[in-house]
Amino acid sequence: MPQLEIVDLKASYGPHTVLERINLSVEKGEIVSLIGPSGSGKSTLLRVLTGLLPPEHGTVRLNGKLVNYADKAAVHALRSEIAIVFQQYNLFQNMTVLDNVMITPTRIKGWPRKQVEEHAIGLLTRVGLGHRLKAYPDELSGGQQQRVAIARALALKPNVLFLDEVTAALDPELVTEVLDTVRALALEGITMFIVSHEMSFVREVSSKVVFMAGGHVIESGSPQQLFDAPQEARTREFVGKILRH
Amino acid sequence: MFASSQAEIAQLFSFYNLLLLLEGFAATLVLSALGCFAGFLAGFVVAIVRVTHSRAMAPLRALAFAYCFLFRRIPFLVTLMLVFFASQSSKANLSTFAVASLSVCLIASAYLGEIIRSGLESVHGNQWEAAQTMNFSTFETLRFVIVPQAWRVVVPPTFGFFVMFIKDTALASQIGVMELTSAGKVLTNKGFSSWLVYGTVLALYFVMSYPLSRLGKRLEKKLAATRNR
Amino acid sequence: MTLHFEPILQQWPYLLGGAWLSLQIAVLAFAFGMVIGLVCASVLRYGPVFLRRAVTAYVIFATNTPQLVQIFFLFFALPEIGVTLSPFTAVLIGATFNAGAYLCEIQRAGFNSVRLMEVEAAEVLGFSTMQIVRHVILPHVLKVMFPPLSNQFIVMTLGTSMASIFGVEELTGRTYNLSSQTYLSVEAFSVAAVLYIAITLIATFALAIVGRYVCRAKIKVL
Repeated sequence: MPQLEIVDLKASYGPHTVLERINLSVEKGEIVSLIGPSGSGKSTLLRVLTGLLPPEHGTVRLNGKLVNYADKAAVHALRSEIAIVFQQYNLFQNMTVLDNVMITPTRIKGWPRKQVEEHAIGLLTRVGLGHRLKAYPDELSGGQQQRVAIARALALKPNVLFLDEVTAALDPELVTEVLDTVRALALEGITMFIVSHEMSFVREVSSKVVFMAGGHVIESGSPQQLFDAPQEARTREFVGKILRH
Repeated sequence: MFASSQAEIAQLFSFYNLLLLLEGFAATLVLSALGCFAGFLAGFVVAIVRVTHSRAMAPLRALAFAYCFLFRRIPFLVTLMLVFFASQSSKANLSTFAVASLSVCLIASAYLGEIIRSGLESVHGNQWEAAQTMNFSTFETLRFVIVPQAWRVVVPPTFGFFVMFIKDTALASQIGVMELTSAGKVLTNKGFSSWLVYGTVLALYFVMSYPLSRLGKRLEKKLAATRNR
Repeated sequence: MTLHFEPILQQWPYLLGGAWLSLQIAVLAFAFGMVIGLVCASVLRYGPVFLRRAVTAYVIFATNTPQLVQIFFLFFALPEIGVTLSPFTAVLIGATFNAGAYLCEIQRAGFNSVRLMEVEAAEVLGFSTMQIVRHVILPHVLKVMFPPLSNQFIVMTLGTSMASIFGVEELTGRTYNLSSQTYLSVEAFSVAAVLYIAITLIATFALAIVGRYVCRAKIKVL
């Protein structure tokens, strides 16, 4: 049974349909990457899956259970099993790094404080920020903030981790440190859903790559299939353009 | 003229008259402080209501909006008169000070509600979104994320309002409240020169308002220097 | 408590006349205040030290004391040195005195918002001083000043209600007359409140339109 199953998903912003006939299936431990030109609906798909945009049509199943996005309790339950890292990190500006990572498990989930603190310090050390626990977000570089955001997401012990263009807002020299962090996570068997522009990274880390354009899934397959032997013309065009750099 | 005014000044600052002025000063201070504190608390509640998103809260939200909208577009004097006459005809038998206090609280909470709401909304939407995706309730988001970030934006205009408000309380003299301006009227009726009396009253208002205004400016500078903490 | 609005509503032309007078006072005080504000702001930026100190003292004094007491002073204290002002004049001078200080502060902030880099760019491109003022400085300054100026105007419009205390028959004054004639005080002041809301709304709308098309400034109506 796939961990995440998306069937015939459709979503709109008002009169504009932004996603249509999305069919996708993700097994546990898989790393799925969404690629495609701007406006293709990649980030929108992530927003729909995480409950930030209600779908018009279609079904999403997590571990076999249907997710009813219209029901607040169901979305609540969904969010306790997933975690998202945003492009703009979205760290809580009024809290230290450690507090940012600890606040949801302690205050919202009610987990015991000591365990959470140990886990949080461990996570922050793993992402390379164990020495800046008391820093505030505005004292950190973009790359450091994004790594804190990743630690914050991992502190929730999610079943699926969503990464929405996590390096897109970073200066080029900071991209590597974040990609290294994600690369390390990929080796640990956590299911990940990545939206990214970093093609060599996507190619290296993913088990499945999905190409989207105009709100549709054009093609999906292993990285080798998609990058070396794309079937659809549209995919060939995109891959051709990006690999020329 | 000088000799007589020297004598007059001495008379003006005789014990009883000084007491009258000080009582008026105290009354103005109390009225302003009451308005500001009660207004801040009530305004905070109003602002929270206005920031909620749920459908269930929609009627309360509309009410809060209307409240802030209306009371900021009616002159202080008219609100005062309305509360005064309404209390009279409803046989509530409120003292003039109570009427003035009620008006002052009504107006202050509308203005401060608007200021606080504006501060809460100045916090970037992505803070709400991050909290939402981690299952924070609206209240939890406000408590842990939004209010701690908003208060810096709220403090300067709140001080500005406090300073403005002290001056508005002068209008309470018109329904018979014995505050600083009425004390001035009493003294001029006693025969003292208006120059001296109103000059003194103006100076006393200045003494109440200027330190607060300076404090507000200093706080504003300090808050602008340190950032989102 | 049953309310009878008809006797009050019948008098709507009378009240509307009062509202018109309120607006006139506000507009006049605003206009004169803008001139005073402009002069003071210019002095603060370009004037000699002693004049700057005088203007600062004026602004600090006028913004930290109540307009009501300022007008009391003009109305009751001046006759003692032989200057008797009509109620309307006293109110107008008082409101102008008060407004001038606030408008000076707004205009000073406007002057300070001029971006030096833009001016330098214009100089380098060969603009004459007049052209720089007209094309670079003025549009930006107007845009920055417009929202606080509109807000100040609304505040002043509401502030004209204290003219009633001196016998001026603007909206609040006429409302008070009606309330003592008919004893329908709650109804009278409710109608006055609605009228004030209406005129401030109309004024805000008008200012929003002016702001959008003349100064390219956006102000919130609601």
